[in-house]
Amino acid sequence: MNIGSEISEGLRISWEALRGNLMRSVLTTVGIVIGIVTVTLMATALEYLNTAFRDAISFLGTDVLYVDRNEWFIDNNNKFDRMQRREKITMAQVRAVEEGLSGVSGVAPSVMQGVEGLRYGDRSTGGVLMIGTNEQFIITGGASLASGRFMTKAEAAANRDLCIIGADIADKLFEKEEPLGKRITVADQRLEVIGIFEKRGSVLGGMSLDNQIVIPIQKMNRGFKWDPSCVIQIKVGDTARIPAVRDELRGLMRKIRRLPPGREDDFAINQSEALVSQFGKVSAIIAAAGFFITGLSLFVGGIGIMNIMFVSVAERTQEIGVRKAIGARNRTVLLQFLIEAAAICLLGGIIAIGITRGLVEVARVYLPKVAMSWSVVVLALTVAVGTGLISGFLPAWRAARMRPVDALRKD
Amino acid sequence: MSLIRLDSICRRYEMGGETVHALRGVSISIERGEYVAIMGPSGSGKSTLMNIIGCLDTPSSGSYELNGNTVADMDDNDLADIRNREIGFVFQTFNLLSRSTALRNVELPLIYAGVDIDERREIALAALADVGLADRVEHRPNEMSGGQRQRVAVARALVNKPSLLLADEPTGNLDSKTGEEILALFKALHAKGNTLIVVTHEEEVARHARRIIRIRDGLVASDEVVT
Repeated sequence: MNIGSEISEGLRISWEALRGNLMRSVLTTVGIVIGIVTVTLMATALEYLNTAFRDAISFLGTDVLYVDRNEWFIDNNNKFDRMQRREKITMAQVRAVEEGLSGVSGVAPSVMQGVEGLRYGDRSTGGVLMIGTNEQFIITGGASLASGRFMTKAEAAANRDLCIIGADIADKLFEKEEPLGKRITVADQRLEVIGIFEKRGSVLGGMSLDNQIVIPIQKMNRGFKWDPSCVIQIKVGDTARIPAVRDELRGLMRKIRRLPPGREDDFAINQSEALVSQFGKVSAIIAAAGFFITGLSLFVGGIGIMNIMFVSVAERTQEIGVRKAIGARNRTVLLQFLIEAAAICLLGGIIAIGITRGLVEVARVYLPKVAMSWSVVVLALTVAVGTGLISGFLPAWRAARMRPVDALRKD
Repeated sequence: MSLIRLDSICRRYEMGGETVHALRGVSISIERGEYVAIMGPSGSGKSTLMNIIGCLDTPSSGSYELNGNTVADMDDNDLADIRNREIGFVFQTFNLLSRSTALRNVELPLIYAGVDIDERREIALAALADVGLADRVEHRPNEMSGGQRQRVAVARALVNKPSLLLADEPTGNLDSKTGEEILALFKALHAKGNTLIVVTHEEEVARHARRIIRIRDGLVASDEVVT
């Protein structure tokens, strides 16, 4: 008897058995259903978190390096204190990096500061994020313009009274008026609007990328944030060259900041990958905890399946005897009961996917981007069948090992 | 060469620390085409003997050859194949699969033999027609009379063209009229050249056979040809 017809025969028998004990089969699947619903919900939630996070940090750019005084991840207070004592990254150092680094798409210094109340006529905004930078920011910052233009190199160097504003600021201050060419007031400065950014949405749970205003860096350093530490943004332009550029940059910074050999770096080169890997750690912990709980509920479900399969084998001892008497091999009997257990679990898996689908639809009301992917469906069905095979094995093995004469004798 | 050759077959069981000698050295030869009845009171060892002949059980000692195959040292899989190819069983309680139709029941040995789907349907339908059930193929066991069920069982037993039909009290659960029908069917099968062994405790049933072997206390008590 070949394996194909054994499986089709097994499916047929388990279908008959399932139908014959419909109520019992459905009740048995409850445990599995709960387990699989947990699995699919977990997987869907994790997938959602991952994509949401990827979306959220995409504004950082995957090939942009951020030279900063601080590292993005500081795991203890000691380290934080040490970083606070580090020497600032000055404009002179920024210029040295601009001159020393070759073969990259763009280098832009940036200084950020929250400011209150941009004004135009009788309109004003709440708090906005002000970014002081130069003409290269349009390359490194990942934003594009909806209208107008960005500052030129000459304008940046000449420290002109101009600004480029985010979409929300434009909406708030100008409503129906054309913003380009108008002058807005910040503190005691009057700045001409020369460009408006494309709408970008918000990231990391609320920080709006459209509520930003960009000005020449020296204007920032003189008018809003005295003697700041700059962050140097470097767009590499080619992901493959990131490690090489990183090394070159590190050597250059050590030279610029005159660090003797053996002294540790007093600056950090950050990258969105660091965020990703940090988030990876967090999501791995969530996944581990989630799948432990899931594993428990599947375990309980599996025990239920095992129990019912033992009952099924006991009930059908006579049948097993007959099958063996007319030529079923041990393997055939084993397979028959394994398939039956897997089929019950598959049924449970399908019910569970239906339930999860419903729950995801409900969740969509609050989180419109949530979706159940095919990989989750495949995962759920695989886990369901796997649970069936594992928990059905012992009962099936018992059935397969029965001596035909003993099986037949039992009434 | 004999179809069945049993030589000094012994079968012992361990039961509650005690050894039960069910068979104590049985030697029998049965030729192709014979119609044999095995008789004996309960506890005589006749069921054990039938189980051994049917390859459902293996002897503790002695040798058994069935159609040239030495059975005693076969493993589970070989025994399953032997049962499938060489032996057709008819049981007292019919032992049909209750959820399956007559056709499915008769197809089952063919499935285990690896016959493909079209061919086995054809063979099974022919086997059912041979026992007079051409119009009952889609019925389930609980929709048929005892006699019909036993005929389905006979069709199932014969569908793989085994060298031996082994019946254990085949009329035990039937009224005397249907019992006669089954015995008439056996007679016809014997006339066609099939080898039949019927295990029974009823003289009337045994008298239909051409040879009666009586078992008592695990030994052959008598072996006579019916005239």
